Amino acid sequence: MAETGAEHGEGLSFHPMDQFIVKPLFGDGPVHWYTITNVTLWMALGVVAVILLMVTGAARRSIVPGRAQSIAELTYGFIHKMVEDICGKEGLKYFPYILTVFLFILFANFLGLLPMAFTPTSHIAVTGLLALVVFVSVTVIGFVKNGTHFLELFWVKSAPLALRPILAVIEVISYFVRPVSHSIRLAGNMMAGHAVIKVFAAFAPLILMSGIGVLVTPLSIVAIVAMYGLEVLVAFIQAYVFTILTCVYLKDALHPAH
Amino acid sequence: MDNEELAAEVAKESVPAGMPQLDFSSFPNQIFWLVVALVVTYLVLSRLALPRISAILAERQGSIAGDIAAAEEYKLKAKEAEAAYEKALAEARNQAQKIVGEARAEIKKDLDAAIATADEKIAARAAESEARIGEIRAGALASVRSVAQDAAAEIVAALGGKADADTVAAAVAARVKG
Repeated sequence: MAETGAEHGEGLSFHPMDQFIVKPLFGDGPVHWYTITNVTLWMALGVVAVILLMVTGAARRSIVPGRAQSIAELTYGFIHKMVEDICGKEGLKYFPYILTVFLFILFANFLGLLPMAFTPTSHIAVTGLLALVVFVSVTVIGFVKNGTHFLELFWVKSAPLALRPILAVIEVISYFVRPVSHSIRLAGNMMAGHAVIKVFAAFAPLILMSGIGVLVTPLSIVAIVAMYGLEVLVAFIQAYVFTILTCVYLKDALHPAH
Repeated sequence: MDNEELAAEVAKESVPAGMPQLDFSSFPNQIFWLVVALVVTYLVLSRLALPRISAILAERQGSIAGDIAAAEEYKLKAKEAEAAYEKALAEARNQAQKIVGEARAEIKKDLDAAIATADEKIAARAAESEARIGEIRAGALASVRSVAQDAAAEIVAALGGKADADTVAAAVAARVKG
């Protein structure tokens, strides 16, 4: 929004995608793998937020919890119950990682909603790696736990015999599409919402340039508020969806039979 | 500035910005820092936060279960105490009933005795009175007869007759009877 402020009077500036640019935090050099960038900053803030909630929040270990401890316990119980309900008791071994993923995505999404913030989860590189880790580990766990029985996941026993090879092809394709949909769903949601807010924000200073701004500016401000509210909801829902899908995939690895 | 000019300006300003998401040169950087963030978060959660929170939850579960057991015990004790109290109350009530009954029986006995004595006395008095009344009546009857004889004899003498006592007595007796 700073650039629109600088340029108003000359015209509207539409740079809805600029907020997603990865740039070094200090200086202007190229982005190496080790460069400290805005990605580093916002991921670090997310990690700090997780630590504040889950470690500092529960530091007092009170029997009757305070506010922060209540939220920490609720989060713990929420994901713990999700893992147990979907994957069963065997899935609880992977609970720490699933909670890590949930909290990382949740705080990345929420912190990304702050003005001028950068949203790591709007990048396909980030969500793609998260989804790939889930995909690879679920596949490995599936084969380690069940051996070749894991392939029964693709062999639908409840279908008529003639249909099973066709279904197997479909199942295999859908299995390999999982990481793609898993990652693009999250990145796409975050990117689209932020970009739309930015577009509306670009329309907001129109009142300074044109008569029609009398109409457009209030409309765009209302639209920003509405989109922002929706984005808060989406930020939570996408973290939840990513986590619950992780649980579902893990369940397939632990109990491959349909 | 009219709308068409504005639209042209807008079109000029919004140079087609490529998606930064597809700028592969930033991928190693993002992946590196993501791995760092995930490892740190995972270690903090699995080493520090989760054992702590699960310990808190277990402790709370334990203390709640303990409290419920204690409450159950107290409830049982209260029930026992109530039963004992009820029993004592019933006993006391019985005792009181017995005492009241005894007292009542004693009073009744005394009363009966007193009534019996009083009755006896009254009967004796009544009998005595009866006898006295009889005597008085008999005395009165005899006096009436002798007065009547005397009066009759006097009247006969006054009329100039000669009254012999037996006749007068017989006539008076007949008259008094009639």
